[in-house]
Amino acid sequence: MSKNSMKSTYGAAKDNYTKKIKIKSWILFAWMVILTIICLLPIYILLINSTRSSVEIQNGFSLIPSGNFSENFKTLTTSSQFKSSVNMVYGYKNSAIITISATILTVFFSALTSYGIHVYDFKLKEISYTVILMVMMVPVQVTGAGFLSFMIDLKLHNTFWPLIIPAVAAPAVVYFMRSYMKSSFPLEIVEAARIDGSGEFGTFIKIALPMMKPAIAVQSIFAFIQNWNNLYTPQMILLSVGVEKKTLPMMMASLTASDKIDYGVVYMAIALSVVPIIVAYVFLSKFIIAGVALGGVKE
Amino acid sequence: MAATGAQRRIKSISYAKYGYIFILPFFIVYFVFQLWPLINTFVLSFHGNGNPSEKNTTSNEVLVGFDNYSTLLSGGEARNLRMQHEEFVSSFKNTIILWIGNFVPQIILSLSLAAWFTDARLKIMGKGFFKVVMYMPNIITAASVSVLFMSLCSDKGAVNQVLGAIGVGPIDFLKGTVASRGTVMFIQTWLWFGNTMIMLMSGIMGISPSLFEAAEIDGATSTQAFWKITIPLLSPIMVYTLVTSMIGGLQMFDIPYLYHTGTEINKDIQTVAVYIFQRYKNKNGAQFGYAGAASVILFIVTLALGSITFFLNRDKDEIAKKKQRKKLQKDAKARSKQFGGLSI
Repeated sequence: MSKNSMKSTYGAAKDNYTKKIKIKSWILFAWMVILTIICLLPIYILLINSTRSSVEIQNGFSLIPSGNFSENFKTLTTSSQFKSSVNMVYGYKNSAIITISATILTVFFSALTSYGIHVYDFKLKEISYTVILMVMMVPVQVTGAGFLSFMIDLKLHNTFWPLIIPAVAAPAVVYFMRSYMKSSFPLEIVEAARIDGSGEFGTFIKIALPMMKPAIAVQSIFAFIQNWNNLYTPQMILLSVGVEKKTLPMMMASLTASDKIDYGVVYMAIALSVVPIIVAYVFLSKFIIAGVALGGVKE
Repeated sequence: MAATGAQRRIKSISYAKYGYIFILPFFIVYFVFQLWPLINTFVLSFHGNGNPSEKNTTSNEVLVGFDNYSTLLSGGEARNLRMQHEEFVSSFKNTIILWIGNFVPQIILSLSLAAWFTDARLKIMGKGFFKVVMYMPNIITAASVSVLFMSLCSDKGAVNQVLGAIGVGPIDFLKGTVASRGTVMFIQTWLWFGNTMIMLMSGIMGISPSLFEAAEIDGATSTQAFWKITIPLLSPIMVYTLVTSMIGGLQMFDIPYLYHTGTEINKDIQTVAVYIFQRYKNKNGAQFGYAGAASVILFIVTLALGSITFFLNRDKDEIAKKKQRKKLQKDAKARSKQFGGLSI
């Protein structure tokens, strides 16, 4: 067999192989485009419909925006039908107060707790970490009844406190930060700081926190999203509050309550609640996806 | 040698108390806001429902033993007890149906996508973009998503308009049993498949690439590599995904709670979490007894599922080391016995 013919046989096989891969890649590409459309279409229709009047929406489906944007906005902010249940300014404000305070508490105290467990040796160290791991899975739905009745006894229902203070104890975040410290916080640093005369709390604030920035950034984003989107706890604790104390998701919930729905305005309200978080996501998506991937490698 | 002096002094100080101080806030808040409520839930589940207007119910203060549990699990003579039982059982059934209906398509979709995205041989354009888009539904407020789909799927909503254009009669996506459940399953899958996909991808990327290379050299196709390498090595993460998804499924709340018009919740998609929540906001005052009992049942199920993940999550090296240490100690003891209890 000559060298040439061998080359041509292998060459043909190779061509065939790359061709197959190419075809497969294109088919998969098409499938991903379809999935992308499925992911984005509801959001797109939402944005389009927020610019259309209720009559237009009921009369037909369209992918082209109409000119009713400001009209819908005006109805949402001034109509008596929505005034008692939806007020986006209050919604943003209340959600922001609860979310920002809860996020700061979660991140700071989780870092503090994981630092305490990581750096110091004490008798209850192992057992306290085991407790944290064990309670990681208990969902709020299980403790809800006891929590609500306890808060009613303390007369704290209808206030924001029960939504903010519990954020101090976030077992899953402690678990994540402990794993992060294990891999990238050498204990020699603490000893060096002691020799330089730094106090224990000072070492944590001035040295540990800056070193944990990557973990803190990721966990802040997740804590923020989780609190911002939370419907269950606020809806449970804020039993009977006026519109001025409702969070955004609670306002969304009240949109479904009426039988006669002005769809243009409903779409407008949903769009106003969804757009800020999508915009934030566009900028932070790299962080977020890296964070999710980290959470997955737990084995 | 001042430094060594300082070092020695520092070594001799016990820092244990700082450990306690640092973890104290966590545990105080945990005990007050999570552990006590959990205990309180158990306490409430053995008390009445604080609802004097209804027959067969007693005040919040009165101990009723296991009455709430027997009502929920087996009903009773009175009509209202039977209804309570039926509502609870159907909500449990709905939870399972909705969970299976969203997990199966979700895992198929996520796993296939994860395998394709990590396959080095395939050249798919814009992988990064697709990942970002597919994860996006997961960060959008679930309450808004639910109301959005409620609007899209209403009688004259966008979905029925499109279906009408191709000649399929209007489908009642909001009230029809199959249609409403199907829609909730779709929404849940839509929300979560991106998240599962990224978790599985990071799992696949943790598998040593040399295995895939060796398989390729041996002439294995992508499909063979997927079934013979990816799936077996991915199984710990798959089990983890399965269990966390089960626990998450038991908590399914936002979508079923909001996917309806008017004030009445659609009974076909009422989940356990929704059932418990409705006890707090009952017309005649909160029914903490039933809510507590249902929560405890939910807790036991979650605990059973959670302990599975806990054992899967244990640090395997640590356990092996512990075993070895024990064995060494045992050997040492045995040896010291040989020498008449003298330790050498």
